[in-house]
Amino acid sequence: MGLALETSQKLAEFSALPAEEQAARRGAVRVLVPTGLGLNCEDETQYAFETVGASVTRMHLLDLLERPAQLMDFRILAFVGGFAFGDHLGAGFVFANKIRSRMYDTLVGFIENGGLALGVCNGFQTMTRLGLLPGLDGDYRTPRATLAPNDRPGYRDAWVRLGFDERSPCLWTRGLESMSLPARHGEGKLLFADGVREVVEAGHLVAARYVGADLEPTESFPQNPNGSPGGAAGLCDPSGRLFGLMPHPDAFLYPFQHPDFARRRGTGQHVGADGLRLFDNGVTAAAALG
Amino acid sequence: MDELGVVRFELGLKPAQRDPRAESVVRSAERHLGLRVARARTRDVYRLLGDLNGAEAERVLGELIDPVLQTGALGRLDDGPFDVAVTVAFKPGVTDPVGKSALVAVSDMLGRKLPKQAAVFTSTLYLLDGVGPAEAEHIALELLANPVIQTITVQTRAELLRDPPDLTVPRVHGQGHRPVETIPLPDDDARLAALSQERVLALTVAELRAIRDYFADVTADRARAGLGPDPTDAELECLAQTWSEHCKHKLFNAIIRYEEDGRPPETISSVFRTFIRGATHAVDRALGQRDGSFLVSVFHDNAGVVRFDDTHHLVYKVETHNSPSALDPYGGAMTGIVGVNRDPFGTGLGAELRSNVWGYCFAEPAYDGEVPRGLMHPRRIREGVHRGVIDGGNQSGVPYGRGWELFDTRFLGKPLVFCGTVGLLPVTVAGQPGHEKAARPGDHIVMVGGRIGADGIHGATFSSAALDESAPVQAVQIGDPITQKCMFDFLLEARDLGLYSAITDNGAGGLSSSVGEMAEKPGGARLDLALAPLKYEGLAPWEILVSEAQERMTLAVPPEHLDALMALAARRDVEATCLGEFTSSGNFHVQYGAETVALIGMKFLHEGNPPLVLDAKHAPVVWDEPKGLPAADLSATLAALLARPNLASGESMARHYDHEVKGLTVIKPYVGARADVPAEATVFLARHGTRRGYVLSEGVNPFYSDIDAFAMAQAAVDLAIRRQLAAGAPLERIALLDNFCWPDPVASEHNPDGAHKLAQLVRACRGLYEACVGFEAPLVSGKDSMKNDSTLGGRRISVPATLLVSAIGQLPDVYDAITLDPKAPGELVYVLGTTLDECGGSEYFRHLGQQAGQSAPLGQPQPYVGNRVPRLALKASHSLYRGVALATAAGLVRSAAVPALGGLGAALARMAMAAELGLEVDLDRAGDLRALAADRALFSESLGRLVVTVAPRDQRGFESLMAGRPCVEIGRVTATGPLSIRHGGRSVVNAEVLELKAGWRGTLD
Repeated sequence: MGLALETSQKLAEFSALPAEEQAARRGAVRVLVPTGLGLNCEDETQYAFETVGASVTRMHLLDLLERPAQLMDFRILAFVGGFAFGDHLGAGFVFANKIRSRMYDTLVGFIENGGLALGVCNGFQTMTRLGLLPGLDGDYRTPRATLAPNDRPGYRDAWVRLGFDERSPCLWTRGLESMSLPARHGEGKLLFADGVREVVEAGHLVAARYVGADLEPTESFPQNPNGSPGGAAGLCDPSGRLFGLMPHPDAFLYPFQHPDFARRRGTGQHVGADGLRLFDNGVTAAAALG
Repeated sequence: MDELGVVRFELGLKPAQRDPRAESVVRSAERHLGLRVARARTRDVYRLLGDLNGAEAERVLGELIDPVLQTGALGRLDDGPFDVAVTVAFKPGVTDPVGKSALVAVSDMLGRKLPKQAAVFTSTLYLLDGVGPAEAEHIALELLANPVIQTITVQTRAELLRDPPDLTVPRVHGQGHRPVETIPLPDDDARLAALSQERVLALTVAELRAIRDYFADVTADRARAGLGPDPTDAELECLAQTWSEHCKHKLFNAIIRYEEDGRPPETISSVFRTFIRGATHAVDRALGQRDGSFLVSVFHDNAGVVRFDDTHHLVYKVETHNSPSALDPYGGAMTGIVGVNRDPFGTGLGAELRSNVWGYCFAEPAYDGEVPRGLMHPRRIREGVHRGVIDGGNQSGVPYGRGWELFDTRFLGKPLVFCGTVGLLPVTVAGQPGHEKAARPGDHIVMVGGRIGADGIHGATFSSAALDESAPVQAVQIGDPITQKCMFDFLLEARDLGLYSAITDNGAGGLSSSVGEMAEKPGGARLDLALAPLKYEGLAPWEILVSEAQERMTLAVPPEHLDALMALAARRDVEATCLGEFTSSGNFHVQYGAETVALIGMKFLHEGNPPLVLDAKHAPVVWDEPKGLPAADLSATLAALLARPNLASGESMARHYDHEVKGLTVIKPYVGARADVPAEATVFLARHGTRRGYVLSEGVNPFYSDIDAFAMAQAAVDLAIRRQLAAGAPLERIALLDNFCWPDPVASEHNPDGAHKLAQLVRACRGLYEACVGFEAPLVSGKDSMKNDSTLGGRRISVPATLLVSAIGQLPDVYDAITLDPKAPGELVYVLGTTLDECGGSEYFRHLGQQAGQSAPLGQPQPYVGNRVPRLALKASHSLYRGVALATAAGLVRSAAVPALGGLGAALARMAMAAELGLEVDLDRAGDLRALAADRALFSESLGRLVVTVAPRDQRGFESLMAGRPCVEIGRVTATGPLSIRHGGRSVVNAEVLELKAGWRGTLD
């Protein structure tokens, strides 16, 4: 398990390049951030990708739908958080439905062509509705997973701790062990169609889980905010290029956003802006894989 | 329309899936109604009015279903066994945002446009086991639906299955075009008063006389426009809303003859000009002479604007939405938050939204007394209000910065629902100053966003009246945050392209208000109501004019930009309609097609209302003082205070609000080792990649106004400013907002103590003035709501006079922000400021009253009230605060708390609970505390105080900075110890911190 050999090699080659060369190649990574229709997190997502060196274009989804082929100019597609269409009919539903009916072939083409995609929160919900995740057997069209309403009804905003599966093929979580991030959703319980969970688990596609103080996956509230079985918080496809995550790395972009920042500051303990590491991984992968 | 049919989609969860929504019905029925529901399931029903053929309907059904979770059917699902089915649907004309999104989805699925009249109507079906129809109806009325906006159908299984599935839809059946009426204004005053009442105009007889005289003067002009001498319904409604208390603040601009014992009688011409704007002018002058003022635009726009950095200003506005929230807590409160979002957006050329704030005054959720007919139980109001603001704020993508609740039985009559929004306004927008706007003659009037319906007709005039059983259904608007969000996205693009010259929101009073106000600068407007997009047919022109249907903004668009603006709107799927143009004619000229329906001189419209002349007489009450000796061990008293609703943790509810969207939140609403104790103030970045932040705090304490509204107002300012200091904000550049929520201050036979309530207003304004000038903190915006009374079942309940002061400060570097929780054992604890025996109006006295079994009749304050209310020592406090600001700027303060409700005792407890560390404190070290009885030292709510902790290595530096100011080291932070407080040479509190915390969490969480 873990990364495909070829992928590992390309990543190793990339990290061996001189720093300026790496920076130049990262700068050439173009990220598309669709906006509008109730999405909310475009500012912080743009800032996150730019901070790790990529080049970001924001585009209203309705403009993208006018000319879907524009997508092919990008290497990363970011589905950002928000409340597209108010989460009416289920989180992400109406938004995903628009993409499905207007640019599905282009989107699948983008993925088959090696594109990367990140979905955070509402973006993750959109990706499951579209069938992009878990994307088993190269099928990116059949919805096999869903993010169901939390066991405790209603939206909740609180920081949680995530543990990452080091054996996952996920390019976005490569090298990460654990980090704290805010979970902010009302529909985050990751459920699968019959028979899918086994395949997903066997492939280590659940790249991120809610963990307790002992860093073990948990199903108990509040460490697991939604009751997701096995603590599943994030899901990738078998290629590792597509990743969806409920908690928000885009809300931990500065050290002082960590709830313990003020306490640790005086004690000399380091607090990093961990959320950026996910974006950094994605951009590195896009730059390395070309 | 005959070719349209209705298709019914019913969606349910697969049997193996949990149904959290149904589970919560079961829980709530048991907990709140004592009814045991054996099992509940829910179904979502969508009735689509359209032209789908059978194959299309099947296809839509297939795509609507989430294949992992759901099952569905056209018509009806096979529901298995159940006892009773409850269907909750919207009444005709009520906004149905889910239905609107569903229509978009269906059109996308089919890849074609649906007919113009197509619509989706949503409803929810609850299938209940183990209850009968009567119990189910009770559950529906108390938990599932609000009959003001929804219909409830209760059917047994047999009844439900007997008929085919319900295919009716709650459409509004319009009556076609309704003619304009003219309304002769009678000569005698009694008939004028009756007319005002009948038409919900909320105009006084003097105002109606002025209107009558005006129309008698302009008959010739009117004849030329084809109008007779009598005003039309549109004219009367337009004047009524323009002159409403809600829009015109007549009470704040009244001439008040003021009497108070020990003072010569005086006449105050407008408390607004004298005290509110007066304070701001005084501060502005003082700052201007020294370092330069930071005020950019105050009082005349939709929100206040202050300088922030080289490229951006801060914009802030707080509103109230009390009456609608009493009728429909969910919809009313949601409209409150999405409505106040439009204020910063409608300020200058439009500000981006940054943070929301909310604060509510309710009767206690556990209230078990009588609820007068026509009112809802406070628990239900509380839940509905929270849910409304949660949904409205979260969906709009605006994080909340501050949230608070206060409880007093007098809010049974009207809850107070404060909602506010901070915006960020570019200094320059498309080459123009961002804070300025001016419609020019010839600019087009363009309405953007939602459509107009009967919702919200008379909102402005209704909110200016007491709540009674005849409250109109139309006064409730339902918010639709997504429509608004899409509109805002579009408007930001249009703003940056420079496509409009002015913008304002359609709030109270609708088009009449927005166009009427924008027309002041150019000097007139011509508006054609026949062009306005409607939700349904059958609105009279005057209804279109004053409807407060939500999610609309009005723009002034120069002719050369009209095409570009309309093209952009079309690309963004946002409705924009040109309704006329601004003119310099001197008239507000309203047409319906070719017919003129209103012609009112601009000057009369905006300046024609005669000033009110009112009498105010200060009549203070001498209240009972508590009797008996205080407890020797105050541990239990402290624990009991912390568990009272006014102090208890509300974290569970607050966690439903997003506080981190936009990724700019620095100090969050809850802080400490477990992030579960409320922050004294919150801190936000304004933009990514910068370090300058803004700081939000507020002060409010309605209880003090029972003793003296002057002290109440000063306490609010002082608390807001101390909280700013506690976050590390400097004293410079703190801007304040005032929100007055008052009981009716106009004396009448129903309101015998009106003159005292007006005197309270004068005293509050005077106190506010002195505090603002003293602290050099200007007021930049405000709002008043002056009729917070209800007369129901023949009983009048008035809210206590309440002033909310909201503060926004500026922190040069957010890395320096300070939080409430001590950071490490060994830190030294200091009390700053002076404690006096000031327990009047305190939470401690109310606790003693409750312990003594005292209670007051409905409408009276809860005993004990006492008489020694906290008084602000302005000069001494200001000097202390300057010292604190120096110490925080020097990085010498590790944590800071602000004693407020529950005094020093509660402040120390909050610090210990936040850090989950012990405190070892000896109050005898401070002379002022030693001189008081232990209970007074701990629970007096004296103003001007902070508690801070300092690292031992910083002791000398801190103490030398604070030298000459009241600052005493009273103890230290311990690793595992209890909260230990000594006084008078003995231990008075010895409490395990986690036990205190459990009790504090046990009331509301």
